Amino acid sequence: MKVLMFGWEFPPHISGGLGTACYGLTKGLSKINDLDIVFVVPKSYGDEDQSKMQLVGANNVNIKQVQEHIEKFKTKHTYLEVESTLIPYTDPDEYYSFRDSKLYSKNRLFKVNAEGKLEFTGKYGANLIDEIYKYAYVASTISLDNEHDIIHAHDWLCYPAGIAAKEISGKPLVVHVHATDFDRSGGKVNPKVFEIEKMGMDAADKIITVSNLTRQIVINKYGQDPSKVETVYNAVEPVSLEQKKEIKKGVKEKVVTFLGRITLQKGPEYFVEAAHQVLQRTDDVRFVMAGSGDMLEKMVARAAQLGISDRFHFTGFLKGDDVFKMFELSDVYVMPSVSEPFGISPLEAMQSNVPVIISKQSGVSEILNHAVKVDYWDIDALADAIYGIIKYDSLSDVFKEKGKEEVDNLKWTSAARHVHDVYADTINSNN
Amino acid sequence: MKSICLYFQVHQPLRLRRYRFFDIGNNHYYYDDFGNESLLRKMANDSYLPSNKIILKLIHSSNKQFKVSFSISGVLLDLLELYTPDVIDSFKELADTGCVDFVAETYSHSLVALKNKQEFKAQVKMHSKRIEQLFGQKPVAFSNTEMIYSDDIGKTVASMGFKAMLTEGAKHILGWKSPNYLYCNALNPKLKLLMRNYNLSDDIAFRFSVKEWNEWPLTSEKFTTWLDQLDDKEELVNIFMAYETFGEHQKKESGIFKFLKKLPLQILNNGGYKFATPGELVKEYQPIAVAHVPNTISWTDEERDLSAWLGNELQDEAFNKLYELSDAINELDDARLRKDWNYLQSSDHFYYMCTKFFSDGDVRSYFNPYNSPYDAFINYMNVLSDFKLRIEALKKEKSKSVPLETVIAKKDKEIKHYKSELTKLKQQFMLD
Repeated sequence: MKVLMFGWEFPPHISGGLGTACYGLTKGLSKINDLDIVFVVPKSYGDEDQSKMQLVGANNVNIKQVQEHIEKFKTKHTYLEVESTLIPYTDPDEYYSFRDSKLYSKNRLFKVNAEGKLEFTGKYGANLIDEIYKYAYVASTISLDNEHDIIHAHDWLCYPAGIAAKEISGKPLVVHVHATDFDRSGGKVNPKVFEIEKMGMDAADKIITVSNLTRQIVINKYGQDPSKVETVYNAVEPVSLEQKKEIKKGVKEKVVTFLGRITLQKGPEYFVEAAHQVLQRTDDVRFVMAGSGDMLEKMVARAAQLGISDRFHFTGFLKGDDVFKMFELSDVYVMPSVSEPFGISPLEAMQSNVPVIISKQSGVSEILNHAVKVDYWDIDALADAIYGIIKYDSLSDVFKEKGKEEVDNLKWTSAARHVHDVYADTINSNN
Repeated sequence: MKSICLYFQVHQPLRLRRYRFFDIGNNHYYYDDFGNESLLRKMANDSYLPSNKIILKLIHSSNKQFKVSFSISGVLLDLLELYTPDVIDSFKELADTGCVDFVAETYSHSLVALKNKQEFKAQVKMHSKRIEQLFGQKPVAFSNTEMIYSDDIGKTVASMGFKAMLTEGAKHILGWKSPNYLYCNALNPKLKLLMRNYNLSDDIAFRFSVKEWNEWPLTSEKFTTWLDQLDDKEELVNIFMAYETFGEHQKKESGIFKFLKKLPLQILNNGGYKFATPGELVKEYQPIAVAHVPNTISWTDEERDLSAWLGNELQDEAFNKLYELSDAINELDDARLRKDWNYLQSSDHFYYMCTKFFSDGDVRSYFNPYNSPYDAFINYMNVLSDFKLRIEALKKEKSKSVPLETVIAKKDKEIKHYKSELTKLKQQFMLD
């Protein structure tokens, strides 16, 4: 079975959970013998791990051949513009620069380099919609050049590419919903993004969602036939032993960590408020907000206003090793997401023996037993849970031990096998 | 004959390095050595050294008629000593002429006057001592960080024995009154006040190279005619500015150095003027009135208040968390802690956290190492957290250590005990 897979980012160049999930899943799929995957990303830098599959960068494709389809797509879907506040993820390279619109304001036009290839920035920004469609045009060529039995497109960014490929090859399309705009926007959905999402789901022969929470959204909000939608839970990459270096903890207090994009979706303000409550009861704790995002400044100001800045620290965006380091330093990990389709990071925390507190509004809460689950808005409950774990060692010991056990059983290979079954079903029912 | 008081504030910030959460408790070094060294070298070459050279020449060519005053912050003196000792030497050379007066300030160029009187006094004393060591003169006049002043601060300064204090001739304080007279403090009239003539000062400091200014280009002749236009009865003109005006804020290409070379001689040749230091002014003139300054003023920004350093929630939080530590610092009296303590108090750290629209602030935004006030705040608080950990660790260590006398007494007691036992055993042995 040959799979043509469209993604948006790939390690090490990732800015969010999507890249991590894609990588884990493809790695799992590569262990299945009769599967061949061609993974397409908008920009391949050349230093990605290619041992597991063939990676095709869209910027390595000559676009002359697809001129015709470009025209076709342009008339069908008019040019869309997304305001910069709707950028799904902010750029990790913006570390400590806090949103710089100048970075994106250029490059409005399609750039073709000397060899007639499209230039892709491969990063999220105001010219995102441009990129999505450019990617789609190129997808049709790739679809011609690479023989395949099934097409798999990850998230709305890649749906147009998946559709374009399907139109050329006529092979069945599976779309993988890692998040919907309902999660990202806190309910205020961007109609243009919604349109692309719905278009992708409508065109798909099968839809994979990362949790039942997301499945329900896909069914209710996007009007999809329940029989077409299947949940495949994400998993987590096992941490290799060599990574487990000793990390020196500089502070003697317990460390409570929030790690993620500091945006509305992740509920950072509930973390700050809960921290304030906990600090009123005990001194023996420090809070860390790791990450960057459009709400960072507001959170810094709020912490200062509450007078807790000497116990509440910010790190800015963390890359690779630093994420791991942060987990090693943590005694509690908190994910108070307002809406989280899945949420891999609590699993990563549990692997590092860190007890986790997650919101009930997260997909991952459907599969975890050994985690504290609270409503994201329930600051009292959140503060209570944090206090309990840092004060009662027996509680935290149980969470560590059982949590580790639980998370070690969540393997990408089983997720991959599930996806493989979905492929087989889709191909069969299509014939 | 009118007196002209030329005063320059000399200060550079000590930059903190990027201090991340991971460093807290692990790494106790807070400073950006490379950034500090390159900034200092640039300042020395572009501003301090050429300006000092010109001033030295002027003193000689004017037959010691030309006089200036400086206040150099303790932080800058430390930096100069470390990176560009040649600048210290050139200031020493100026001091040796007897025409240069050194004015006292807070060691750290800090805002401590607003928070803690005891600490304020200690910092001023530390600075004066340092000036005396380096330049052989004990300051008689005082200028607070960025001309920050209030009646209350003035009273404290008077109680330390200073005769004069320099501050801003702020419009909302003086009203219709002219800054060109000597004033005195409202609570203790013994302290004389020199009010900055901000029009004439800023003509040089801010507007010199602004081509849109209708008086551009400013020449020494033009400036002298402005002085001539002052009322005959007015006694003195206080021209205060940052020393970096020469060669940094106003670049060499603007002709600022030529202006500096020509102006003093032009003024002296014109007749009717002499140059004087703050110390000389308070001896020569009588105060014309009391200056009432119940609310604190400074020479910064259009508002002439504290809003560049304090007032937003970030600045207030950092400022309060910093001075919570002062008791512990004094109690521990540890040299290394004290050094960092001094550096962490610099007003610059709080200036970087300012969120109000920078209009006049442009002058220094060029030196700002941070991308945003939030960024500055995060970095500073991380450093402060580590600093606090060190204080706690040292406190613990000290409480554990027992005074030497008790240890000796205890040992003495033991020795006595063993001795008696020994004699007892000896006797027993003999008997046997």
